[in-house]
Amino acid sequence: MTFEYAPAPESRSIVSINPKNKLFIGGEFIDAKSGEYFQTTNPATEEVLAEISLASAKDVDAAVVAARKAFKSWSKLSGSQRAKYIYRIARIIQERSRELAVLETLDNGKPIRESRDVDVPLVAAHFFHYAGWADKLEYAGVGPNPRPLGVVGQVIPWNFPLLMLAWKIAPALAAGNTVVLKPAETTSLSALLFAEICQQAQLPAGVVNIVTGAGETGKALVNHPDINKVAFTGSTEVGRQIAKAVAGTNKKLTLELGGKAANIVFEDAPLDQTVEGIVDGIFFNQGHVCCAGSRLLVQESIHDDLMSLLYPRLELLRVGDPMDKNTDVGAINSAEQLKKIHELANSGDEQGAVRWTSSCPLPGTGFWFAPTVFTNVSQSHRIATEEIFGPVLSVLTFRTPDEAIDKANNTPYGLSAGIWSDKGSRILEVAAKLRAGVIWANTFNKFDPTSPFGGYKESGYGREGGRQGLEAYLEAGVAHE
Amino acid sequence: MKSIGSTLTSQLADATTSESSLKNFLFGLSPVDQVGANARAAMLSTRSIKTTAKAAGIDLAISMIDLTTLEGMDTASKVRTLCAKGRHPDISDRTIPTVAAICVYGDMAKIAKEALAGSNVKVAAVATAFPSGRASLKVKILDTQEAVQNGADEIDMVIDRGAFLSGQYGKVFDEIQQIKIACGDAHLKVILETGELKTYDNVKRASWLSMLAGADFIKTSTGKVQPAATLPVTLVMLQTIRDFEKITNHKIGMKPAGGIRTTKDALKYLVLVKETLSDEWLTPDLFRLGASSLLNDLLMQRKKLQSGHYHSLDYVSMD
Repeated sequence: MTFEYAPAPESRSIVSINPKNKLFIGGEFIDAKSGEYFQTTNPATEEVLAEISLASAKDVDAAVVAARKAFKSWSKLSGSQRAKYIYRIARIIQERSRELAVLETLDNGKPIRESRDVDVPLVAAHFFHYAGWADKLEYAGVGPNPRPLGVVGQVIPWNFPLLMLAWKIAPALAAGNTVVLKPAETTSLSALLFAEICQQAQLPAGVVNIVTGAGETGKALVNHPDINKVAFTGSTEVGRQIAKAVAGTNKKLTLELGGKAANIVFEDAPLDQTVEGIVDGIFFNQGHVCCAGSRLLVQESIHDDLMSLLYPRLELLRVGDPMDKNTDVGAINSAEQLKKIHELANSGDEQGAVRWTSSCPLPGTGFWFAPTVFTNVSQSHRIATEEIFGPVLSVLTFRTPDEAIDKANNTPYGLSAGIWSDKGSRILEVAAKLRAGVIWANTFNKFDPTSPFGGYKESGYGREGGRQGLEAYLEAGVAHE
Repeated sequence: MKSIGSTLTSQLADATTSESSLKNFLFGLSPVDQVGANARAAMLSTRSIKTTAKAAGIDLAISMIDLTTLEGMDTASKVRTLCAKGRHPDISDRTIPTVAAICVYGDMAKIAKEALAGSNVKVAAVATAFPSGRASLKVKILDTQEAVQNGADEIDMVIDRGAFLSGQYGKVFDEIQQIKIACGDAHLKVILETGELKTYDNVKRASWLSMLAGADFIKTSTGKVQPAATLPVTLVMLQTIRDFEKITNHKIGMKPAGGIRTTKDALKYLVLVKETLSDEWLTPDLFRLGASSLLNDLLMQRKKLQSGHYHSLDYVSMD
């Protein structure tokens, strides 16, 4: 007997998308001075969803002016007063969670199961967490009487549009800063809906400003003379440019950049759960995850056993319509990203790795890449060193724990790593020797607002989340006498 | 311990040559991470089963039910009523499949056999000093033989959890082998009583041990101990069935039992089977649901799908 899942599409009628979107500056939606627009599309269907304002340097300036004005009163509010607004935002996010999840999936291409069960709940959790911090900043670890930095310019990526917004805005607001945020050009819609939520929460005008646009808009924001801090999440390449632009100014900077995480499987690992962890590590969010477990390091003695469990499991991944509640892997976010994935995967073939591809059918329109695994991968291959940012896993082997640690650390990146072993002492020993900011043991890609997240080496600097995340938005004040 | 090497590959035959080799084999299995197993089961339970999938799932679930009554207060009349329900779950709709089996105590097997004559519904009888299993092997064998003589097509035995938890794997193995012999042609379901084994590592070892000893089915629970069937325990057992088939080419059946009351629950189990073992296991020959009140909920959901509205419980028979 066959038991096929019938289509189970989430309804998109819950969300209404403005055909033409304005900028959010000083608490109002206003037309961009540039008068220019660009289109945002649904990557699963290539349907144009809306037109988005292209913010020019003048628009960015207006946003910074609004934020500077708002900073004067926002930073003077008591912590508990600020918390009131942030809690309110968190509650409205929960109330409108379905709307946010649907919009995120339409604009980004990620499965509705993930935006519904992971992204949006974490977004609310981050606002709740930092709302709680707003009146306890004395305990943030930066010294007594800590002070906000001022106006913060924030530039975020397209892989977790709303979650990255929450990671940036929640701690900044709790600490008493005001923000100008630029979402990624392919995923502006949820940030604009968030702006609506700020209005609904009666957040004072100018505390949060959203300027939409592409690279030039981001550059104008980062280079604006009246911002006190830049927070960026995105590629290492752009991160480098920002670090250069900010060097020599008194702007503070945090960067959360790329990664090429090692997911290390020892021979005593719980194999069935490890397989799930590998799937979560590299196929969650189509592999569009900076901390993705893209390099699988497997102890040679269990390589064949593990792979014989992994391939059939990958064949079960349901690739397709992101709005279907049973979809596991959605669409690649853009044609440009798809091209990059193809290019790197092809280099795997050329350099002698062995490609395995899921036999899943792919939709005819939109941007898709079937789950892919490369075996026979060497440390020198491009697919072992460069961030693919797609559903492509590179499998390498090791013989001893020392070799695993050496191979794991043999990368310019250092964002995350995973360890799979039933032996607690081994986990602790290996974790201590890995140069990565986040290390998961017997799990992968788990996030929590209380846990600091950030990288070593070319994966960036600064931490987001938890108490440590506040440090990026505070400076030591004058001690009370 | 007697080796059963003739039916197993040499790798597994070696595992059953002695108590210590059996123990080594069971302790050499890949461990189960509890958090990860729970997470996988939770993720699979978010699968959305609607419209045609739901209709197919409901009929499939009905056809897999071991409709059960295991009470001290069971009477011949109660058993006959249940058998009538199993043959025709809803007298007003003949398109509804029959259940897979009626599950009763051994002394009631004869009544059930008579009441089910001429139908495809099997008689399953619990045996081996169900539910505690606290009796001598002699008594357990006799219990089994009587149930078979009374007409049971299937025997649901319990393992000796005390022996298992104290590391006497050979004793548990031998008992299962002996009961398998006593079953003759009857199919043997081995109840692990996972609620007493507690850890998933134990569940995995007990599953392997039962399959090595000749179980046709492995079953979670008696229904007398809480927790009874859970999704993650079932997942772990399905994964061992998958591993066993990979080595032996032999398909073992699975029966979660106890606490499965709603259509939603039943569909979650079908999803678990589909995404762990494949559609091949979605047949009453290889998957059963041990339940009593589940059937009426399935019938109500079936009517709801057909008519668009819920019927009152007054319209389904309370058997």
